[in-house]
Amino acid sequence: MADSADDVLTSAHVLEYPYSRSVGPVIGAFLTGLRDGKIIGATGSGGVVIVPPTEYDPYTAEPTGEMVEVGPEGTVESWAWVGTPAPQHPLETPFAWVLVRLDGAGTSMLHVLDAPSPDAVSTKMRVRADFVAEGERIGRIQDIRAFVPAGSA
Amino acid sequence: MTSGDQRGPSDERGPVTTLATPIRLDYVFSAGIAQSRNLRGLAEGKFVGQRCGVCHKVYVPSRGSCPVDGVATDDVVELANTGTVTTYCVVNVPFAGQSIEIPYICAMVLLDGADISFMGLIQEIPTDEVRMGLRVEAVWVDPEDLGPTMASVKYFRPTGDPDADYETYKDYT
Repeated sequence: MADSADDVLTSAHVLEYPYSRSVGPVIGAFLTGLRDGKIIGATGSGGVVIVPPTEYDPYTAEPTGEMVEVGPEGTVESWAWVGTPAPQHPLETPFAWVLVRLDGAGTSMLHVLDAPSPDAVSTKMRVRADFVAEGERIGRIQDIRAFVPAGSA
Repeated sequence: MTSGDQRGPSDERGPVTTLATPIRLDYVFSAGIAQSRNLRGLAEGKFVGQRCGVCHKVYVPSRGSCPVDGVATDDVVELANTGTVTTYCVVNVPFAGQSIEIPYICAMVLLDGADISFMGLIQEIPTDEVRMGLRVEAVWVDPEDLGPTMASVKYFRPTGDPDADYETYKDYT
């Protein structure tokens, strides 16, 4: 664009705050599990395993109990295809947001499914958590890089 | 947390207790036509404002309209390099991201010919000698470093002229 007197100047700005939050004993155990390459749930009042775990049962408000390992495979309950990922999305290639009910869990968890196309995604399909390499896991949900179709490499 | 409490079998870092949750906003700021003129002026080492056709006040930097009369300010005015300190404060408190050595003076400077003051750094004078009415001039960065930014103005310094009469700037304090 020619630099004429009436061209409007623009400038790229970034506003960023480096918050950190304390996670408490239950989410902390979940994140510690992710760092260890495991997915941890909490047992609710009726024996239902809640994943990700909550400190209190959402129906009875009683404290949740024993922490148990679930997955790493599970079943897709619902999904939405993202054909054009935005910069803030966890994957750079097209992917699906999925609600995954992990084996042993009574609730479903939101994550991403790395699949080649929407034709490769369906409800009830079996998927598996694909963790990032052990040395790169720090205790955050991104320690699971993505879910992938079960049985794939 | 005591040693070994809740640790994973393969990890000596202890349980995860905090989570980094940065929030970040990337955006493009558009300066608008009026402010772009002002910024281009700064890139040439001069102050450019705009005059209201109704009240004839000169705004620098102009937002493109007169806040009193609600009309567009299309009359572009080049302003002097000199002005008057209308009010100021001495910054003594260090803070994160500070780039200027404390103490320093942050002043409102009313350029000659302008009807609104703007904030400027005052240097080349002891902080306890800065005063309302002090006559100052802009010191610009080297010509090769000039750009469309207020950073083109390094600071203001005293001209050595007698102080401005309070009556000349009392409406702007």
